Amino acid sequence: MKLVKNAAGREIPELFPGIGKLEPFQGAYARTPLVRREKGSRTLPRLNKIVDTLEQAILKCGLQDGMTVSFHHHFREGDYVVNMVMDIIANLGIKNLTLASSSLTSCHTPLVEHIRKGVIKRIYTSGLRGVLADEISHGLMDTPVLIHSHGGRARAIETGQLSIDVAFLGVPSCDLYGNANGFSGKSACGSLGYAIVDARHAKKVVLITDNLVDYPNTPFSIDQDLVDYIVIVDAIGDPQGIATGATRMTRDPRELLIAELASQVIVTSGYFEDGFSVQTGSGGAALAVTRFLREKMLERNVKASFALGGITSQIVKMHEEGLIKRILDVQSFDLEAVRSIGENRYHTEIDASYYANPLNKGCVVNKLNVVVLSAMEIDTEFNVNVITGSDGIIRGASGGHSDTAIGSGLSVIVAPLVRGRTPTVIDKVTTVITPGETVDVLVTDHGVAVNPRRPEVLERLKAARLPVYTIEELKKKAEKVTGIPEPLPFGKKIVALVEYRDGTIIDMIREIQP
Amino acid sequence: MKLRRTMLYVPGNSAAMVKDAHIYRPDTVMFDLEDSVSYREKDAARFLVYQTLRTLDYEGVETAVRINGLDTPYGRDDIEAMVRARPNIIRIPKTEKAQDVTDVETEIERVERKIGLPIGTIKLFAAIETPLGVLNAREIACSSNRLLGIALGAEDLVTSLRTSRSKDGIELHYARSQVLYAARIAGINAIDTVYSNVQDEEGFIAEVRLIKQLGFDGKSVIQPNQIKLVHRVYTPTEEEIHKALRVLAAIREAESKGSGVIALDGRMVDKPIVERARWTIELAKASGVVPEEVKL
Repeated sequence: MKLVKNAAGREIPELFPGIGKLEPFQGAYARTPLVRREKGSRTLPRLNKIVDTLEQAILKCGLQDGMTVSFHHHFREGDYVVNMVMDIIANLGIKNLTLASSSLTSCHTPLVEHIRKGVIKRIYTSGLRGVLADEISHGLMDTPVLIHSHGGRARAIETGQLSIDVAFLGVPSCDLYGNANGFSGKSACGSLGYAIVDARHAKKVVLITDNLVDYPNTPFSIDQDLVDYIVIVDAIGDPQGIATGATRMTRDPRELLIAELASQVIVTSGYFEDGFSVQTGSGGAALAVTRFLREKMLERNVKASFALGGITSQIVKMHEEGLIKRILDVQSFDLEAVRSIGENRYHTEIDASYYANPLNKGCVVNKLNVVVLSAMEIDTEFNVNVITGSDGIIRGASGGHSDTAIGSGLSVIVAPLVRGRTPTVIDKVTTVITPGETVDVLVTDHGVAVNPRRPEVLERLKAARLPVYTIEELKKKAEKVTGIPEPLPFGKKIVALVEYRDGTIIDMIREIQP
Repeated sequence: MKLRRTMLYVPGNSAAMVKDAHIYRPDTVMFDLEDSVSYREKDAARFLVYQTLRTLDYEGVETAVRINGLDTPYGRDDIEAMVRARPNIIRIPKTEKAQDVTDVETEIERVERKIGLPIGTIKLFAAIETPLGVLNAREIACSSNRLLGIALGAEDLVTSLRTSRSKDGIELHYARSQVLYAARIAGINAIDTVYSNVQDEEGFIAEVRLIKQLGFDGKSVIQPNQIKLVHRVYTPTEEEIHKALRVLAAIREAESKGSGVIALDGRMVDKPIVERARWTIELAKASGVVPEEVKL
């Protein structure tokens, strides 16, 4: 066996049968550039990852043409990070990038120019809104946008289908070594659930903050061991757009009517028992379901084991009064939820993979009893569209819709039967986001329809004398008011592909003619 | 027995609300062509309400239309169109004397005859909204066989009285009592005025309790969220239902035995008690706390 002398002056084998090649020790500092070198000095450790400018961070990451950059959407309509970073990347002359954001909102209009100039070539996102969505719907991009669900994105990242070169993650508080959380600072957004997956899997991670705090910034959501560089900026977002004060309860009689009916459906469905778990969306009606459920829980002394999802002040209130034992929070919708995730021991931040990745060893949507979701359109096969409007223009997000619909024991869709002059229940949805085989009940202001796949639920609702119809009957009721809409003038070009959570393509969106 | 606990006002020019106001399950949907419609929209509202009544199904919910008075340029056109649209009820605004009802009835009859509708198909409600109307409540209430009820409208009234609405409603005591007595003499419904502060749920419920205790059959409402609150107040308690069911059972037993005198728990059951028991069960059925199958 051949022995060599290493940097510690000891003889060791270079190769050992059954183990393979061995690396000789080369000195304590040789391979760990990120440790402090002034061993023995009495000054406090200064080691930090802060770089002066975003530009330097981008260059240090080695970002090049054709690479993939990622962002999160926890700052929602108040996000400054995506535009800030993309402007600098464009100025550096880098092109043909893939932009993979957990979602995009109407504040991302400036991306239109970056697409026109070839800076951005491809987009992965859960949703699109505003001018960007409008332009893309009219054929702005040559490569279709890939629409994913929250769980689908986590799966794509973890399996390497979506390989992120540099993640630019805005964080509301951060120390100089990269411990970051979302619940403190002027741009607090609560959970950093979507960002955590990027931080774990991107080749390079840049944190961007407007709130540098003392080391160590505990408790942390993003750990220092994942972070390459930190950039401090004046502001990462507009607090007004990030979180509303407290999500206000709707007073709209139609939404309240739907919400109350949905709560009756849940209570009589067989899924309402002590220890049940629930997720409600953030739309007016879905949110109000929480209030009516609260009344029924108090009335019948039922407590929930956990509430999941986008967390609101209503959920926090029920947790603090003991009605909901645990909160699992991938996204915090209002300032009350932000406060709670910082204060409440059992309000736990979860990442998008834990939330909904269908291919990990167990995501929490699988443990969900009841989910209440909204819909732009639903068809007689119970397929749901939450992405394209009745004008064929993209104006929504896939989000956790398909993830929670399949994971839950009972998925309840709430929607008005008619919106403006457009029917919600139709023959074929414009775009399928959630397949009908995973949707159980539709609750509208004109009655309830149960998927024929769930006859036992239908029987229970009938026994409770709820206003049950077939979905065809509801469709006819809508058409009686609106008539049958004209088909949309779609062109040939494909502007978006809709990926189901498992990575297969469930639908596509064509360009809409002007 | 038709309940009218809630008569929901729906502005006649709002397509979004007109198209399906019945989903909130008021006892009566009342399309308004009068005060909630500006003069520039009078024709549009009349057209919209006419078309919806002819086209859409209100799923068993009673329909009413508040027309403009005959002293306006719109009243006669409203009647021409609405008799043809065939709501269950036409509501006359600002009634001050029996003749006001008779005048509308004459117009309605003329149209009914013209289009071959059986005379008397369209029923009437009269709103009492002025001091003169309040003092003439009795003659108004007894003025027509078509009349199903009279309704107090307080907003104009309090202004005429040189006061305003208060929380406890002391200023309306006389008018409410007068309208109620007139309705009872005529054997028709008495409906209370709207409560316009839709934000104030507590104040609204207090007022509903008050008018129910006075004896009113129901209330005009302007916001769908108020319907459930009224119905809740009018829902009999479990104890009341239990007692009423026992009264009705005792009658049936007495009838089957051919016995004229009915006793329950050693006390005489007379006609008013029976009537009250029937009323209680009607309300309980409408509130969904007693199944429809229960016999009276």
